[in-house]
Amino acid sequence: MEEGLWYLPAYVLAARVARREVSAAEVAEVHLRRLERLEPLLQAFITTTPEAALEAARRVDLALGRGDPVGPLAGVPAAVKDNLCTLGVRTTAGSRILERFVPPYESTATARLWRAGAVPLGKTNLDEFAMGSSTENSAFFPTRNPWDLGRVPGGSSGGSAAAVAAGLAAAALGSDTGGSVRQPAALCGVVGLKPTYGLVSRFGLIAFASSLDQVGVIARTVRDAALVLAAIAGHDPLDSTSAPVGPPDCESALDGEVEGLRLGVPREYWLEGLEEGVRRKVAEAIEVLASLGMKVEECSLPHTEYALPAYYILAPAEASSNLARYDGVRYGHRASGASDLNDMYCRSRREGFGAEVKRRVMLGTYALSSGYYDAYYLKAQKVRTLIRREFEQAFERFDVLATPTSPTTAFPLGERVADPLKMYLSDVLTVPVSLAGLPAVSVPCGLSGGLPVGLQLIAPPLAEARLLRAASAFEQATGHHRARPALDGGVDRR
Amino acid sequence: MTSEFEPVIGLEVHVELSTRTKAFCGCPATFGAPPNTQVCPVCLGLPGSLPVLNLKAVEYAIRAALALGCQVARVCKFDRKNYFYPDLPKSYQISQYDLPLATGGAVEFLTPGGRKRVGIRRLHLEEDTGKLLHEGVESGSLVDFNRCGVPLLEIVSEPELASPEDARLYLTALRSLIQFTGVSDCRMERGSLRCDANVSLRPRGSREWGALVEVKNMNSFRSVKAALEFEVSRQARVLSAGGRVARETRHWDEARGVTFPSRSKEEAHDYRYFPEPDLPPLRIEPEWVEEIRAGLPELPEARRRRLVSGLGLPEYNAWVLTSSPALARLFDETLRLYPDPREVSNWVMGDVLRVLNARRLELEESKLTAEGLAGMLRLIDRGLISGRAAKALLEALVVDGGEPARLVEELGLTQVSDPAALAGVVREVVAQNPSTVADYLSGKEKALTFLMGQVMKRTSGRANPEVAARLLRDAMAGEGRAGSGAGPDSGGEAGGR
Ligand SMILES: [Zn+2]
Repeated sequence: MEEGLWYLPAYVLAARVARREVSAAEVAEVHLRRLERLEPLLQAFITTTPEAALEAARRVDLALGRGDPVGPLAGVPAAVKDNLCTLGVRTTAGSRILERFVPPYESTATARLWRAGAVPLGKTNLDEFAMGSSTENSAFFPTRNPWDLGRVPGGSSGGSAAAVAAGLAAAALGSDTGGSVRQPAALCGVVGLKPTYGLVSRFGLIAFASSLDQVGVIARTVRDAALVLAAIAGHDPLDSTSAPVGPPDCESALDGEVEGLRLGVPREYWLEGLEEGVRRKVAEAIEVLASLGMKVEECSLPHTEYALPAYYILAPAEASSNLARYDGVRYGHRASGASDLNDMYCRSRREGFGAEVKRRVMLGTYALSSGYYDAYYLKAQKVRTLIRREFEQAFERFDVLATPTSPTTAFPLGERVADPLKMYLSDVLTVPVSLAGLPAVSVPCGLSGGLPVGLQLIAPPLAEARLLRAASAFEQATGHHRARPALDGGVDRR
Repeated sequence: MTSEFEPVIGLEVHVELSTRTKAFCGCPATFGAPPNTQVCPVCLGLPGSLPVLNLKAVEYAIRAALALGCQVARVCKFDRKNYFYPDLPKSYQISQYDLPLATGGAVEFLTPGGRKRVGIRRLHLEEDTGKLLHEGVESGSLVDFNRCGVPLLEIVSEPELASPEDARLYLTALRSLIQFTGVSDCRMERGSLRCDANVSLRPRGSREWGALVEVKNMNSFRSVKAALEFEVSRQARVLSAGGRVARETRHWDEARGVTFPSRSKEEAHDYRYFPEPDLPPLRIEPEWVEEIRAGLPELPEARRRRLVSGLGLPEYNAWVLTSSPALARLFDETLRLYPDPREVSNWVMGDVLRVLNARRLELEESKLTAEGLAGMLRLIDRGLISGRAAKALLEALVVDGGEPARLVEELGLTQVSDPAALAGVVREVVAQNPSTVADYLSGKEKALTFLMGQVMKRTSGRANPEVAARLLRDAMAGEGRAGSGAGPDSGGEAGGR
């Protein structure tokens, strides 16, 4: 029974709970037991909230018992990346500087998730301030990939991806600035959805790069991702960059027709450095899409190669300003024994931030400095405009674009830690979409060397329904999403 | 020394807008609450918080911009000004850099040499910082974030002010304009109006300006003038001695009456401005601007025209009477109750302002009403109080307020006009000042003034001056007939003081 529960899709769990075939409390307990057993191996969570989970589950059961209506995610055990503020629950952003920070307010995305009935399991690990592609930049510990405990889960939403892939949580929230939802989803063999910039409120999301940050969903099926998106998306007056639209009804669109959809395959994404296994799996995936009746055609997005450098100017520039508030004055880590104000600032930040954060703050500060602003920040903004325009033009001819999500499968822990440039290349296929603010999803498209490969589908702004319909059709046609890591390896099975 | 050089001054004025809530969050923007009681995650810069623009602040800014004759932008945007300071929770201030809300207006003011007009370069919206508190703190400082996020208007003049006095007059006229629009109370002592200045000098006739010096920390209209006067003569001294003026920021030390250079670290700021990604560009529809323009109240210039051509007041009076909306309102309402423009104008510009200044009160803080002032003027007309008693009454009307006739009773200010009641005092004064009486009798008419003063002193100013003077003359004439005999017409200097 238990085994049956923890890998069930969220939408199935919600339906069974709603029909009272299983209690929300039982679902929560099963997941908490599994979490307790596997967490020492995976280290996906920074903070777990078992009491809150059981309490929320009991509330769902009580409501059902009274015959009251419950939300679409009632009883679904969910995890949340630890850069989304949760009222009364420590929120660290994976940083020493916020190690003991307990927010006095709830982020819009999580508030909506709980209102839909989801059960809060805890806060997942991430690269410090979401800066990284392996979750090794967490100030606390690295998270391991459920498919191979010697490998990284990707990042920065590595904890969320690992938790969902391992069946600790039925769904999770992450955040995607340059690929931080899609890339770990690809490396962990789950679905990772980055919505259109502005579709999900950023209120309560600890900012990394405000013009790029977007809350995303990690789930095991496309339908689950659609369900969670519907719960958290839609205009929020607390976020001035939030799109003036309601939540998209993607779920009902999932079963629609994909025949005749025009699928573009940009050749610039088939990089030299693309792993052979990835190349093969994604090529097979595109054949599958063609077999479903999509009209596949190669296309070109010539400015793609400038996306990564532009991203590594713009994101650090915004980060250098966003992270300036961690000064030790009002909250967060304050160094003791400082001789004066400036010394307090310097010591607190030196002790509170990790190497990658410092690197990006310095990069960004430099890019914004007088005398360099035009050459770096302004130039990068121009590149961003070009890339956005290029996508716009492509979407005049295509409904959806298909690319690999990550150039490689999960890499060994420690392999890229000492080589930031190599680490940055992990984002090369996801960053252009971020600069253009487009919706994109990574869906599992098979294994290479026993490790998951992700297919990235990209759609025009606010076309999430079409995007997820294509992803769902692919999922249904292949069943790659049913592959499971060998975590339970007989020992844990009953 | 200054005459070899001519100064040029530009002012950068910050005005706190009196919106109900802050610029980017819902916290109250009111002044004077206990520290850190008007704060929230947004204005404290907590992780994950986001700004939401208060459109009322934009409306107020547009109102001020229109009153200054500025061109309101169709599109403007917000930028981040990055620097570290404990009163700045996000370590950046949301401000406007290259696309301000409005540009290109002007402020006029009256100088003894006639009207002057100084251009407004730009006007933009930004957020205020918190305040550091040092009082009662043994070590370190405390921070009060109540003020943090209150909407601020920055108004930058062209560098066209020719003297410290012009700077003061500009500032007065600017404050009046803003106050008339009702978007700020512009109280310098509360910090709702703040002023920094840029000062540079050039030799007369030269086209090259010297280095620009920024002067900060001027906390009153008086200190603006004093600081600028100090700074102009300081620079002139440096230049006359063949030195070079350093480009720097200097702080005004009110107590010592000098400006001194601030630490160089503060100046080395590179604010790294960049567009605020949390706020989309602000589009301002022309229809909205026109709607705001239509709702503007009567501005000082229109009012001055009314006072000069409608009521026949001198232009100088019109400027003084429009120097604040409260003063203008007091004049208007008093005039309605006591329709003598000259008389009302004289009292408002003279004694009312003198009493307020002496007590360092704003008119709004005083108890003076139009009813009180008009009532006082009627009491004078009816001979019930003397001019001297009226000044005492005005003090009472300003400080305590109340009904003039009753105050006169309570303070014992009623004028004594009955000759029988004054006869005794007059007799005493004449008897006790024989030499002054002699002076008077020898033709020194001014000796009477001294004797009148004595009568007023002994009656606490209540004696009707006309009656008292007549009685004094009569009494001294009697003395004269009784004693020696020089006629009253023989002239000569007044004696007796
Ligand atoms: Zn606030």
